Amino acid sequence: MIEFDRVTITYPGSSAPVLRDVSLRIDEGELCLVVGATGVGKSTLLGAVNGLVPHFTGGHLAGEVRVGGLRTSEHPPRDLAHLVGLVGQDPLSGFVTDTVEDELAYTMEQLGLAPDVMRKRVEETLDLLGLADLRRRPLHDLSGGQQQRVAIGAALTSHSKVLVLDEPTSALDPTAAEDVLAAITRIVHDLGVTVLLAEHRLERVVQYADRVIHLPGDGTAVAGDPADVFQRTSIAPPVIELGRLLHWTPLPMSVRDARRRAGPVRDRLAGLVPVPRAPGATADPLLAARGIVVRYGDTVAVRGVDLHLTAGTVTALMGRNGSGKSSLLWAIQGAGRRQAGAVETAGRVGLVPQTPADLLYLDTVRAELDTADREAGSDERTKARTLLDRIAPGIPDHIHPRDLSEGQRLALVLAIQLRAGPTVVLLDEPTRGLDYAAKRSLRGVLHDLAREGRALVVATHDVEFVASTADRVVVMGDGDVVADGPTAEVVVASPAFAPQVAKILSPLAFLTVEAVEDALEQAAS
Amino acid sequence: MPAVVVPVDRLGRLLVMRRALNPLPRALHPMAWWVWAIGLGAAVSQTDNPLLLLVALAVLAYVVTVRRTDAPWARGLKYYFWLALIVVLLRVIFRSVFGGAIGTNDHILFHLPQVPLPHWAADVQLGGPVSLENALSAATDGMRLAVLLCCIGAANALANPRRALRVLPGALYELGVAVVVCMSVAPQLVESIGRVRRARRLRAGGATGWRSLRAIAIPVVEDAFERSLRLAAAMDARGYGRRGEVPARTRHVTTGCLLAGMAGLCAGTYGLLDRTTPALLGFPTMLIGGTLCCIGLGIGGRRVTSTHYRPDPWRTPEWLVAGSGLLAAGALIGASMADAGALTPSFTPLSWPSLPLLPTVAILVAALPAFVAPPPPMEQRAVGTGAARPRLPSRAPGVAA
Repeated sequence: MIEFDRVTITYPGSSAPVLRDVSLRIDEGELCLVVGATGVGKSTLLGAVNGLVPHFTGGHLAGEVRVGGLRTSEHPPRDLAHLVGLVGQDPLSGFVTDTVEDELAYTMEQLGLAPDVMRKRVEETLDLLGLADLRRRPLHDLSGGQQQRVAIGAALTSHSKVLVLDEPTSALDPTAAEDVLAAITRIVHDLGVTVLLAEHRLERVVQYADRVIHLPGDGTAVAGDPADVFQRTSIAPPVIELGRLLHWTPLPMSVRDARRRAGPVRDRLAGLVPVPRAPGATADPLLAARGIVVRYGDTVAVRGVDLHLTAGTVTALMGRNGSGKSSLLWAIQGAGRRQAGAVETAGRVGLVPQTPADLLYLDTVRAELDTADREAGSDERTKARTLLDRIAPGIPDHIHPRDLSEGQRLALVLAIQLRAGPTVVLLDEPTRGLDYAAKRSLRGVLHDLAREGRALVVATHDVEFVASTADRVVVMGDGDVVADGPTAEVVVASPAFAPQVAKILSPLAFLTVEAVEDALEQAAS
Repeated sequence: MPAVVVPVDRLGRLLVMRRALNPLPRALHPMAWWVWAIGLGAAVSQTDNPLLLLVALAVLAYVVTVRRTDAPWARGLKYYFWLALIVVLLRVIFRSVFGGAIGTNDHILFHLPQVPLPHWAADVQLGGPVSLENALSAATDGMRLAVLLCCIGAANALANPRRALRVLPGALYELGVAVVVCMSVAPQLVESIGRVRRARRLRAGGATGWRSLRAIAIPVVEDAFERSLRLAAAMDARGYGRRGEVPARTRHVTTGCLLAGMAGLCAGTYGLLDRTTPALLGFPTMLIGGTLCCIGLGIGGRRVTSTHYRPDPWRTPEWLVAGSGLLAAGALIGASMADAGALTPSFTPLSWPSLPLLPTVAILVAALPAFVAPPPPMEQRAVGTGAARPRLPSRAPGVAA
């Protein structure tokens, strides 16, 4: 269905090609997962399938890409619209119309299909993706998961043979992500559509993949059976890392596979306890928020929440989209609205917003750091540059903040916020768009900051990140705190928030592969 | 024993009648509403009889109340009413301040302090006596304009603007898409500004003046730019801009027709406004220019191969709605030709205006849409779970701020 024949893609202004001499073949009806760290060319590979690379993005493509027998060199993206459907990370930015039905019909209108054909296909798609109740609703009023399902539906109504999805679930909470992935697998099974999918959070999708394309980062691409390819990849979901640790062959792809084979390991681990993270120097209370109420018009986002933070702890704030996590963080910081309640704190409270780029407005990293130093006043605290080098070493001075990767931009904003010397640092969805390596380094930074005696709160959907990073988990639902306690206690019991390792080893309270590794080493020695 | 049997054909006729009186809810063709509103507007512009104008206003208000949807744009008529009121008030105030000829028998309401003006401005009077007759004539004059505005408002409230844009000729398809995209991007821009402003408060110190403006403008513009690039990529991938092959000759003919047509329109307008030019330059030139433009648009539209999802049908109700507006226009234009006095009553000497029978009936006919147009479909806003979902917290405060 999709053929890459010795494809080399070079963007203007860069010396090395993003993809080098890549030859691939993806057959009809396959669900193919594209795996790799940030910036290795996943989006380039996906964009090349319908010709957006290089027709839209610029750059030079040597070799040949063929989709359904058509060469992308001869057919611009719009002429492949009947063959390839594209779904991006942020569905809202790709919507052209304003209601669900119109959006589903848009591609067909462009193809010039007859009204009665369009009507029939829209009805079919509404049923296929469970959108029938939403047909007349404005797209802006839908939840993230619903929007993403509309985007997938809109790509399908033209009866396209190929569906390309670039991180379709990275902005969604776990439940909404499950919904979207269920829709994708259903499409693969029922319609025989060929799906090409890139995703950072492999733990969600790896079990559905028929084939994996791994981009190691040197411009090459390795394609093959998931169990083979994941033997060597630099990044892998916890279930596969556990399989590698325990030398299971073939590697388990799903929690179910792993759990069926984990009996002996569970026996070995029974009686052992995970090694706790080295605690911070002090455990003083740093912040006490009482009776926080946030409301927008008639909607109550946070209803009378109490939150106490102590030094040296990383607290994860979880809950579905719209459960009041962000509102609570902004209300505690003081920049957001707060209708009732009080916040007592001795020091400053810093907040890294969901879109860090909102804080950046200067031309260079240097200028941003200097401004941060100036804004903090002439005091003896660590300079912003030093802070940045500790968090993410090697970001040059002259680079434009927009050209940084997601992880580097987050580091820059975190450094700017730390410059003012906050004792409490709140991070709103920091893991969005980060790959495994970036998450690992963020985890290190957060633990360092906690060890220095700060209190940290991370609002996130990423259960694996929470399992490896947080000491305490607060779960919000509909504006209330519904659970609050040590990470292991809260997440192990929850079906939605349990990490893969906990699901595999339940009822044992191991959350991460590292914890299992440490415990096994201890047992051996 | 013979039973009482209803003949089948009579039953069928009853069903047909019932369906005609109780049609299924659907949106009327937007063009029908516009023709109706423009027709009523043309009728109204023929008269400044306040009684007739009030009848027209009542007709507008009734039709809109009965046949509007619950969509946001459908709530717009009240703003047009306020605008209309302001128009009338301004008209009266200006006439009072700048005065006017006061007849000997006029009823003086009050005296404004008069400002003496230099001799070269002797024609202009500032302040002075205000007569009831002058105020009334200004008010009725303003009312005509006000009701005209309300006609436009009614069309806006009744016809879905996005659907109205679909009626654009194919050659202007891109223009319509641009307007639609603007309409969806504008709220996102507001949201983006709110988000960045809130984020600004997080930075210690905080810039002031020009720098703070820059600190908000740059992230917002960058955000908007990236968003529009993503939208453009999405539209490209979804087939926007696919078009049929057009031979070069046809393209040249289109360009030629449009250029000549526009020139004709310009020359014609000039000819109409300047009465010293030969008569041939006026209306005939404009007509030729308009025809050429239409031909150009028609040929140019052929290259667009896209179709419309759920196109609005044009059936009997559309004919009746559009026809009722045109009938009102025709009747009033005819009446004003026959007897201009009845449509433009004079207030000197002061007298109660009469309500001429035929024009009143003609305007009342324009209320027909309230009965013949199918009831509008109501949006199912409350259905589904997502309706009660609070907006993403990161956005809502920004919008409210």
